[in-house]
Amino acid sequence: MTPDADSWARAALCLRLLLSAPGYLAGATIRMRASPDRDRLLNILQPLNMRRIHPSISDEQLFGGVDLSATLNSIQVIENKGILSDPSTMVVGMAERCGSDLAAKLAHQVDRDVGHCLIALDEGAEPDETLPPALAERLPFHIAPEGRMPKDWRVVPAGTLSVTPAAVTASAADAETLTLLAAQFGIDSLRAPLMALRVARVHAATHKRTCLEQTDLEVAALLVFPHRATRLPQAEPENQVPPPPNPETSQEAESDASSPMPEGDMLVEAVRALLPPDLLAGLVPAGTGRRMGGDGAGQKRKGNRRGRPLPSRPGRLDGRSRIDLIATLRAAAPWQPIRRKAQPDTPGLLIRPSDIRLKRYVEQSDRLLIFAVDASGSAAVSRLNEAKGAVELLLAQAYAARDHVALISFRGTTADLLLPPTRSLVQTKRRLASLPGGGGTPLATGLQQALALATQTRSKGLTPTLIVLTDGRANIALDGSRNRTQAMEDAEQMARVFRAHSIQTLVIDMSARPQAGLKALAGQFDGQYLPLPRADAQALTGAVSATLQG
Amino acid sequence: MNTPFPFSAIVGQEAMKQAMVLTAVDPGIGGVLVFGDRGTGKSTAVRALAALLPPIRAVESCPVNSAKSAECPAWAELGSKKLVSRPTPVIDLPLGATEDRVVGALDIERALTRGEKAFEPGLLARANRGYLYIDEVNLLEDHIVDLLLDVAQSGENVVEREGLSIRHAARFVLVGSGNPEEGELRPQLLDRFGLSVEVRSPNDVAERVEVIKRRDSFETDHAAFMAHYGAEDAKIRDTILKARKRLPKIATPEPILEDCAALCIALGSDGLRGELTLLRTARALAAYQGKRKLSRDHLRAVAPSALSHRLRRDPLDEAGSGTRVLRTVDEVLG
Repeated sequence: MTPDADSWARAALCLRLLLSAPGYLAGATIRMRASPDRDRLLNILQPLNMRRIHPSISDEQLFGGVDLSATLNSIQVIENKGILSDPSTMVVGMAERCGSDLAAKLAHQVDRDVGHCLIALDEGAEPDETLPPALAERLPFHIAPEGRMPKDWRVVPAGTLSVTPAAVTASAADAETLTLLAAQFGIDSLRAPLMALRVARVHAATHKRTCLEQTDLEVAALLVFPHRATRLPQAEPENQVPPPPNPETSQEAESDASSPMPEGDMLVEAVRALLPPDLLAGLVPAGTGRRMGGDGAGQKRKGNRRGRPLPSRPGRLDGRSRIDLIATLRAAAPWQPIRRKAQPDTPGLLIRPSDIRLKRYVEQSDRLLIFAVDASGSAAVSRLNEAKGAVELLLAQAYAARDHVALISFRGTTADLLLPPTRSLVQTKRRLASLPGGGGTPLATGLQQALALATQTRSKGLTPTLIVLTDGRANIALDGSRNRTQAMEDAEQMARVFRAHSIQTLVIDMSARPQAGLKALAGQFDGQYLPLPRADAQALTGAVSATLQG
Repeated sequence: MNTPFPFSAIVGQEAMKQAMVLTAVDPGIGGVLVFGDRGTGKSTAVRALAALLPPIRAVESCPVNSAKSAECPAWAELGSKKLVSRPTPVIDLPLGATEDRVVGALDIERALTRGEKAFEPGLLARANRGYLYIDEVNLLEDHIVDLLLDVAQSGENVVEREGLSIRHAARFVLVGSGNPEEGELRPQLLDRFGLSVEVRSPNDVAERVEVIKRRDSFETDHAAFMAHYGAEDAKIRDTILKARKRLPKIATPEPILEDCAALCIALGSDGLRGELTLLRTARALAAYQGKRKLSRDHLRAVAPSALSHRLRRDPLDEAGSGTRVLRTVDEVLG
């Protein structure tokens, strides 16, 4: 079977299990863009009687509350039932845009274990655009089929279960196998083995078995563990490169059935085959399987709102301001009986202009400091360590000002976003300390990456500021060729784009002697230029603060 | 399945459990902050805490759980003034709760239907004399944090809005949990928590397996599991009650006070709240252990949780301040 078809087969299995016991399994993430394929997939779940919720759903809709308009009409309190009042299947569209507050509420509902089932549709395009981790963590399945749907793809529903999943007996050894397996794949959270156990039970129930068998465990491990794995089994935590698969172990497992853990090993092999490829490439740092960027850090929360709401004020509607309906009704409500006496014949609510309340917001966008650090060989020779020290000092200041920080490094032919915008300084420092040096100087590529980040975060409501630390010896052009002139031209072009976007920039020259070219580049940025002649890190911080305040 | 997982069935995480029990012994310690990785049982522990807490006596119809009818706020329309025993309130403050929900607002239902101006108490009223639990506390909106700080400081909730002018007592123990990777907590809020503990996923395989087994039998063999651990929980509750009685009688020798001060000076913690909390927590621990006198061992046991979040923070220190406290404790107490 091809990998694509295989992923579809797994998706079918997930759906089949989910259909059998939606409330028990609590849900799944479906990571697919909107497409006919996805519609077909969702159609299969139709029997669950799904209710759609969107990322900006209000508490009243979720938990129920007073239906204001109905109440006003009937002069009797009419309560709305919330979606969560009864066990139901919810489909969250655009779940990757779901804020941390909604995620927390939904996560709590999943934790309560009262039979809700949550299907999160993750439509993220970028790898780091995913569901809030608090939610992803609690949903057992991650359905992300690849390629086109095979023609003969279908899901055979298991029908009504004759065995309730909770009644399936699991031996202590079963629980142990799953726990050990999760530990081998570096899955820290203990929710993973618990969910795997539930999946195994449902799988057994669909096959009308009352106790778990080896296949149930295998299926559960295959469906629950691969997307959570942070490392390959047997690999040392600090060893990012996985050791070559050891042929002897698997042979042993086949030939010698009495070896200590033959079952576990076979499971390991099966799950290993499904691990995401970037894990093998060492892209996920060992030991930290957690997603770094995305929501976290509160930056999206801030960006999503247009400032913090202030108490509403009485005022006149003039077309530009927005009415705060609730506050207006609150203001009008106590007066209704009195006004009614004066105007007994007017139907409906009696609202006077003096009741009108207007919404007010105070807008304040957070600052994001993007550090683009040159980690090329030439920079490493000169002052990379000094630059690291300087960045650390700047971070301490950023902490005091509660700025967000992002870190980009460029060397060789590529630029890497080492740290997406975050407020977590510990993370920043860790990444910075492990920043290796060496290779060419792809200045333009680094700037390109910084620009992408800056525009992206600006749309989220942050104010980006770029700080470039380089020695200016750009020698890799945007297209990756080794051409010093072209490289410098590309860098200058990028600088002009930054200026067009009016992004505040500071260029720090960390070469041994100030470079005229770099000063010109700073001019193109319309930014500040700061040569760093044998200065200490303290002086550098002083300079940056002065720039930022100016 | 709405019964929370029993507290006594939580495997490991001794520091977290100790901190929670101690706030139950002496609510004056002022709350617990639990920071740690996902899936380590933070929320489970907090929700389990409710079952451990002894019931309180309160006026039946009082919205703020007043202990005497004289203490009930004037705005509350009291029905029955009978004193009843009710479980200690543990109120969830969800992220994204509006200011109205938290502090209370005009009761719009009554205003619309009966045309009366009445106050609808918020979460702070319900949490009075109990616990206020904030999950993902580090993601809480800044303006709600400001509000909580203010109320936690004064022990009183003052509402001045929509023509209402209302005040009521709001003394509660703050319990927060969060994942430090998602953002830091403001130092002011950090300081409001009496104790802070860091939890990690257990590294020991046997311990992990035990967690899974217990959780699994909680789900599948509910009745038997609850019968066993419910009794264990009851034992802890009894010990807490006894400790509460013993607490005022715990003797505090002079040298221990000096130790407290020396420890805080050596650590350079801001203000005196560190010393006070350290002392209170140590006394609570002594009471819980059934001792009559405070000793250095008690200080040693509670120092990390009482002090680690009060140090002047080095934002780049990744080892965490817990180790710093332990080192200093060893130096000062020998």
